[in-house]
Amino acid sequence: MSLPARVTTLVIAFLAVVAGGIYVALHYIGSQPPVEDYTSFASNGQVNVTLMTAAQTTVSDKPDWVTYFIENPSTHQFVHTTYFKVPANTKVNVTILGYDGCTPLRNPVWGKVTGTIGNVENVSFFNGKTATPSQPFSVFNTWADCSVQHTFAIPGLGLNVPVASPTTLAENNNLCGTSPCVANSSDEAKAPHTVVTFSFMTPKQGGTFRWQCFIPCGLGYLDGNGGPMGTPGYMMGQMEVQA
Amino acid sequence: MAAEASNPATPPAGSTGGRRDGLWLLITWVVLSIVGCLLVALVWGPHMPPGAQSSSAQHQQFDITVLGVIATPVVIGVLLYFGWAIAFWRQKPGDETDAAPIHGNTKIQATWITVTSAIVLGLAVFGTVELIGPAGAGAGEGPQPIWKPAGTVTASDTSWVPGTSNILQVQVIAQQWAFTYRYPQFGGFETTDLVLPVNEPVQFNVTSLDVIHDFWAYQLGVKADANPGVNNVAYTTPKHTGGFTVRCDELCGIWHGAMYNYGKVVSVSDFMSWARSTETQLASVTKLLPPYALTYDPTTLKLGKVNQELGLTGAGGGFYNPADPEQP
Repeated sequence: MSLPARVTTLVIAFLAVVAGGIYVALHYIGSQPPVEDYTSFASNGQVNVTLMTAAQTTVSDKPDWVTYFIENPSTHQFVHTTYFKVPANTKVNVTILGYDGCTPLRNPVWGKVTGTIGNVENVSFFNGKTATPSQPFSVFNTWADCSVQHTFAIPGLGLNVPVASPTTLAENNNLCGTSPCVANSSDEAKAPHTVVTFSFMTPKQGGTFRWQCFIPCGLGYLDGNGGPMGTPGYMMGQMEVQA
Repeated sequence: MAAEASNPATPPAGSTGGRRDGLWLLITWVVLSIVGCLLVALVWGPHMPPGAQSSSAQHQQFDITVLGVIATPVVIGVLLYFGWAIAFWRQKPGDETDAAPIHGNTKIQATWITVTSAIVLGLAVFGTVELIGPAGAGAGEGPQPIWKPAGTVTASDTSWVPGTSNILQVQVIAQQWAFTYRYPQFGGFETTDLVLPVNEPVQFNVTSLDVIHDFWAYQLGVKADANPGVNNVAYTTPKHTGGFTVRCDELCGIWHGAMYNYGKVVSVSDFMSWARSTETQLASVTKLLPPYALTYDPTTLKLGKVNQELGLTGAGGGFYNPADPEQP
């Protein structure tokens, strides 16, 4: 090979490596899920935020990953993201539509509700036909019972909310198969699920608070901690508090 | 070094002040070193990390101060020689002559080897003593620690009385991405708050439920790896009340940087009050915890009927069909 050819080959190889590095940086490291901004929807010191869990993410290129969705406050469509923004010093009323099945907690200590107003969450169970009245829960035994699917925890605020799950074998075997579960068809909306509600106060100062699920629900990954557990937009996210 | 050290005695050609330079260098170095060492020991030393909040931290601060005092004459010597050479031995305008030839100096070489060997061996002895004295210097010693705090025993896993030789035990449980703390001598409650009594020896039993973490209570001078299936023991005795920071010091996943919280050292009476009230407050979840153990295996738990029918284990989603793992 002649000298110019060798130089050209080296330059092309170098540029290819640089381009690959830039792609990785932008696509994997620099990318971030969209942020659902609830700040302008607060009134009287309160804001309502709605999330959803699903057993799969059919709207993404990881269809078998479990995930959270967040409702867009304007369109009321569920968006595949785990990032949201709320105002400071505000009571946040959270509703989580839990469409996934149960999984035991690795550490049962996360079965206790903490950091919410009253240290309770209210749960209504829908078995596909009827819904139970919402009733308060303060602790879940996830080893003895099929009771919790994920958790919504903000360690920086001491907030930990186990997301109750459908309780029977039949319900867990007939979960919503296409996500988000209330947007596609009425059939999906009728899949067994829970409606978990709770409230907490945002701090007076602004800041960014990470939140996560404490059930290692990364199916097939080592210790269940890979995949959706370690990827923004699935089982972990950020709550931005705007002062 | 021998060549450098011979310079004061063998100044550049044409100079007649070599011996005088060497003497002045020596006097200046000794004076600056004494002043520097006093400043490091007395002024900077009390502010050296990690502070003096615990026996481990105090020993580490002392160790770092000693190393600083030893390093000070060396640093001053290098900088002084460097500055002296620039100031007095630089080439004069129009001077094209070569410097004097440099030869080895047996005395200086022997002195250098002797002094540096003495320093290194002395530090080895010093380091060993400082490792044994504070019972492992705050580091994890594995499941069977070699050094234990003097006068303490692990007589009871179920009760603790201040001021006795029965050491307070605190289990540190790491998981992605949070630390929780279990107090076996107070009913085995588990909490996200780390509270310790002042002037009471503490035994940390550090373990993990998933990947490798590291429990680093910075101001306490305690640092121990948290490995799944392993109990890593570390000791310390808090000496001052106040807050301290706990960080994970082992890259453990995407939220590793956010895996921290804060602990506090309080009076013994405040600790007893806190422990008893927390034991009561957490009773509803404590009864759901597995029996206190030094390590936990979430794959071997006995689960309820529906969980079993669904093929689940206490490990959550981590131990599905191993023959068909999804690859990242």
